[in-house]
Amino acid sequence: MNQDGADKSRRRFLTATTGVVGGVGAAFLAVPFLSYWKPSARAQAAGAPVEVDISQLEPGQLVNVVWRGNPVWVFKRTEDNISDLDKLEGVLRDPESNQPQQPEYAQNKHRSIKPEIMVMVGICTHLGCSPLFRPDERPAGIDRDWHGGFFCPCHGSYFDLAGRVYSGVPAPTNLEVPPYYFIDDNTVLIGEDEGEA
Amino acid sequence: MSETKTGSGGLMGWVDARFPATKLWNEHIGEYYAPKNFNFWYYFGSLALVVLVIQILSGIWLTMNYQPSADRAFQSVEYIMRDVEWGWLMRYIHSTGASAFFVVVYLHMARALLYGSYQKPRELLWVFGVLIYLALMAEAFFGYMLPWGQMSFWGAQVIISLFGAIPVIGSDLALWIRGDYVISEITLNRFFALHVVGLPLAIIGLVVAHILALHEVGSNNPDGVEIKQNKAEDGTPKDGIRFHPYYTVKDTFGLVVFLIFFSIILFYMPEFFGLFLEAPNFEPANPQVTPDHIAPVWYFTPHYAMLRAIPDSFGGVVVMGAAVMILFFLPWIDRGKVRSIRYRGLGYKVALMLFFLSFVVLGYLGLQPATGLYTMLARIFTAIYFGYFLFLWVYTYFGLEKTRPVPERVTMP
Amino acid sequence: MKTFLMILILALVPALSAGAAPVNGKMSADVDPHDKESLQRGAQAFANYCMACHQAELMRYNRVARDLGLSDEDVEEFLIFMPGVQAVDVMRNAMTSEDAEDWFGVAAPDLTMTARRHGPDWVYTFLNGFYRDEGRPLGVNNTVISNVSMPHVLQELQGLPDPVREEVNGEERLVGFELNEAGMMSPAEYRRFTRDITNFMDYMAEPVKAERQRLGVYVLIFLFILLGITYLLKKEYWKDVH
Repeated sequence: MNQDGADKSRRRFLTATTGVVGGVGAAFLAVPFLSYWKPSARAQAAGAPVEVDISQLEPGQLVNVVWRGNPVWVFKRTEDNISDLDKLEGVLRDPESNQPQQPEYAQNKHRSIKPEIMVMVGICTHLGCSPLFRPDERPAGIDRDWHGGFFCPCHGSYFDLAGRVYSGVPAPTNLEVPPYYFIDDNTVLIGEDEGEA
Repeated sequence: MSETKTGSGGLMGWVDARFPATKLWNEHIGEYYAPKNFNFWYYFGSLALVVLVIQILSGIWLTMNYQPSADRAFQSVEYIMRDVEWGWLMRYIHSTGASAFFVVVYLHMARALLYGSYQKPRELLWVFGVLIYLALMAEAFFGYMLPWGQMSFWGAQVIISLFGAIPVIGSDLALWIRGDYVISEITLNRFFALHVVGLPLAIIGLVVAHILALHEVGSNNPDGVEIKQNKAEDGTPKDGIRFHPYYTVKDTFGLVVFLIFFSIILFYMPEFFGLFLEAPNFEPANPQVTPDHIAPVWYFTPHYAMLRAIPDSFGGVVVMGAAVMILFFLPWIDRGKVRSIRYRGLGYKVALMLFFLSFVVLGYLGLQPATGLYTMLARIFTAIYFGYFLFLWVYTYFGLEKTRPVPERVTMP
Repeated sequence: MKTFLMILILALVPALSAGAAPVNGKMSADVDPHDKESLQRGAQAFANYCMACHQAELMRYNRVARDLGLSDEDVEEFLIFMPGVQAVDVMRNAMTSEDAEDWFGVAAPDLTMTARRHGPDWVYTFLNGFYRDEGRPLGVNNTVISNVSMPHVLQELQGLPDPVREEVNGEERLVGFELNEAGMMSPAEYRRFTRDITNFMDYMAEPVKAERQRLGVYVLIFLFILLGITYLLKKEYWKDVH
């Protein structure tokens, strides 16, 4: 019963080996328990990419679609809307869209693939309210340069018609642009980059 | 290992001054002296604890996606099996674990019978054990209902109807248990609550009591020798060895052997020939259609066979209940002074083997349809099952047993 | 000579198929979840023939795609015939259960779990168990489910076997089939075709079967390594115990 004659180093080695190999096993076993919390196939199905038919979309018109439970706006800008985007640079926080709030192909002045079609997640980057669409009228209480945009009623953040945030409002970043691409001239697929499976 | 022995300084010293960490470790593991002659049968205690942990963990994870409603329960189980990442693994761990729990517990109980581990001074240890077994049966029964398949539904229907066989209060009692006029979502919801919260709490509490009682009186061993009667100068039993490291390493080895069997079943035969997952349960519960052949899960079949063996329905319920309840009284039925079967009389050896045989045969009969021959056999083996206890009392009370001398010290296997 | 052989073969075919007929006991489908080609053929047959009436509400098309080595586009092209249904959706069909009750007296059951409920051999035998029975409303009966209310939807492929009855112990019994009205497939082709469907239905009842069998090997290899180490550890420490 005493350990006097024992080969201590062999014991240490075997104990450590058991611990390491057992630990590796435990780590592998942890994977299923953690992965179990990922979105299930049903959740992914509910959050699958959404096809939007834009053939009937008039200039100045906005449609609201649901993608992954969030409102996504598809807005067709008028010629004026597009040219107005140039006039606002001085009052915006991130006019060049340097913050990664959009896929690479939407990192431009109009924050979209085609200048006339805007695709935007309609969730304020401040605390998650959905801003209101104000294409013309200036929302009450705003004395900044205004050419239409989005106004969040919760805490008074506002954005231009490219979802770019004005400086000096609670929202820290531009609105998010989801991944999307044009299947053809009349159909946009929201939720997937082009070429992605 | 050794740094935990003294708790004067360092971090452990700080903790020990505030919480008996080192004291608890030493009492229950580090300086718990267990007999050195444990054999194969002594793996199943620690294994039962491991299986309990497995069931609790996998059960918590299953609960995250299971929906206890009549419309969605079946679908939600299949949702776990298909749509949830690794959900199938959780489900199979839990279903295989349920059967593994009973395998381990039955072997653990058989060990107690073989070596007289229920005898004085371990009566309470045994009683806590039987209570765990009883709680486990309830836990398994409620759990089996949750997938809401045909067997879930009709099994619950049959078992709850048993309460209806009790005279006078029977039908009101069955109604109260169901909370409805038939098995319904109401029943499902209360059984769900008991399965995921109520009984697990009870089982954990009882397991703690079981272990405390064990460590108070000390472990029995295959020789039935009380190792505390032979102590060295330092006060430790001569035939005892520290639980840690000796039994921790031994039980770890045993655990890996167990996990190999567990994995073979889980990955290659999760239904285990229709015993662990019964085929009719892959069909959603249908209150209008009874399956051709209702058999409970294998761990209840001995009791089910006894139930059917008795021609009278209330009598059957009484016999089935008595088959479990009589276990509580075993420490007082057995008046023998010798614990281990190694040194007990021939009569005891034969009787115990017949008892084990009767349990296995009844388990087989419970899976078969109740035809003439099978019913006859079920009656015979029910008689043998209960006959064991009667024989044991007569045999020991009247001093008929011719025991062999018990050695002073344990013998190594 | 050649003609004679042809006649002989043609004469033997019904006899042979009668020998393999699912009259007494079950036929063995010998399913294999790793045989992806069979599963793909089975999936297509299932979508073409079974899903006209039945659905598999617990199974998603894109899961079928992933497990069978197909792309979502393949699945949408070959398996999905309903407009508006996408690869992420479950395998539903257009027929409502009310329609089915009107047409056949019962709703066509969901088939997701059937092969697990009754076993693949049961499914396989059922698909091979249709025979002519003018006494039934649909003109067919089945050896597995007697008085079945399902039409023999594969009749154009199999043909319709006629029952062969013999008197056994004073009772008239079905002892075999005779294929007088052949279909587009030979009996062997039809058996392969129904085996593919059965294989797919067995896969659908437990889509993870192939995966768990594959994974189990690694788990067991790991456990055997751990077994060796813990055995040495136990042996080392127990040198102290005499």
